[in-house]
Amino acid sequence: MAQTRRQMLVDPLVDNNPITLQVLGICSALAVTSSLQVSFVMAIAVTLVTGFSSMFISMLRNHIPGSIRIIVQMVIIASLVIIVDQVLKAYAFEISKTLSVFVGLIITNCIVMGRAEAFAMKNPPVASFIDGVGNGLGYGLILMLVGFIRELFGAGSLFGFNILQTVNNGGWYVPNGMLLLPPSAFFIIGLLIWAFRTWKPEQVEEPEYKIQVVDAH
Amino acid sequence: MPEDTGQTEKTRNKGFVRRFLDLPADSVPKTVFVAVSLCLVASMIVSAAAVTLRPLQAVNALKDKQINILQVAGRYEPGTNVAEAFKVFEPRVLELATGEFTDAFDPATFDDLAAASDPETSIALENDPASIGRQSKFVTVYLLRKDDGSLDKVILPLHGYGLWSTLYGFISLEANGNDIYGLQFYQHAETPGLGAEVDNPRWKALWNGKKLADDSGNLLITVAKTAPPEGPEYHVDALAGATLTSVGVDNLVRFWMGEAGYAPFLAKLQAGEI
Repeated sequence: MAQTRRQMLVDPLVDNNPITLQVLGICSALAVTSSLQVSFVMAIAVTLVTGFSSMFISMLRNHIPGSIRIIVQMVIIASLVIIVDQVLKAYAFEISKTLSVFVGLIITNCIVMGRAEAFAMKNPPVASFIDGVGNGLGYGLILMLVGFIRELFGAGSLFGFNILQTVNNGGWYVPNGMLLLPPSAFFIIGLLIWAFRTWKPEQVEEPEYKIQVVDAH
Repeated sequence: MPEDTGQTEKTRNKGFVRRFLDLPADSVPKTVFVAVSLCLVASMIVSAAAVTLRPLQAVNALKDKQINILQVAGRYEPGTNVAEAFKVFEPRVLELATGEFTDAFDPATFDDLAAASDPETSIALENDPASIGRQSKFVTVYLLRKDDGSLDKVILPLHGYGLWSTLYGFISLEANGNDIYGLQFYQHAETPGLGAEVDNPRWKALWNGKKLADDSGNLLITVAKTAPPEGPEYHVDALAGATLTSVGVDNLVRFWMGEAGYAPFLAKLQAGEI
């Protein structure tokens, strides 16, 4: 564990981003990014769940039997997700209405389980918590970027405030309806990965096959 | 996984839980112990959260419904005290088949959706254009009276399937039972930007002043791309890019305003019997 805590928190934002580098959590990133507000709440919820689930799993790591470790992780993650869902329904009803099923689907988010399995099972609680929060924030960052593009050009608004007056509301902007549909997030995430890897060429993977020059003996 | 096994002798007398914790993590008793205790603890935490937060959630759900009823009746302004403003409405339980109010249920506690899944109080639909499966025989409607006590508006709940989801909403009618004041959905999961434009105030405003049926009682109201030959007062423009949601809204409005829905009640309204 050569990483400092600061690195653990900051690395997943760009250098080891769960979406653009690890390519995890794509499914939910497609579903929730049609508006910024939803992306934002989802980012917070995932950050909390990833952080705390990593922490609890790390606390129990020496007692979790290998044969049932995945299901143990799932139980912890699922419980946390239900609590987040219940709290949202109680204190942020409007937002929980717009998020609808997506909060429940945090359970299936690969990032949460990925961090639990890859990091929390081998590291102490505080480090795991920071790692979980860092990865949640990395996920959230991409979510916000994608949500920004999709809401601005798909609906002409940001956080629900009108920026580009759409034709439906008597303005001039003809919204790009495709941006509101999930597949558009594929294109945006793909372009983001391209941009990230142009900026940081060390993220580019080695080609799987190389044409080798074989010396004749 | 490394396991602390050096302490077993010291902890022999340390009780039941400790004995399990000191077992190697991969042994069968430990596996069972971890699974059972984790499930117990997790279920306790989850149920505690659900139980303690339920009153708040119920208040939110009720408030949300009341806001929607206020909005559809044109009585909502941001910042008003919802519970206070809602007192002007008179909730009544209506028997759909007869169009008569019934006192068999308390309107304050009657739950339309629960009634729709109870075989005692609902029917399975054979002709089901709104795709709702079972329809409750009783629904809660809201009456809005003028200051002199005469009927101003009625607010009727309706629901039906759109593209992805069942849309739940209210329609408000003038006291003559034929003029639409407004239509609003409070719960749905249609595509944001396309089908979810049913929430767009500009689209909702189209409903105001439309008529359900012509003078001889033919139900003509429709959500469609073009107006029917009978005239624009029976036509609400369909949502661009959301054909299936529009068709769903068309079906559900026509279903609920038709014979299987509120038609007996509307007939009584038109005759001035309510």
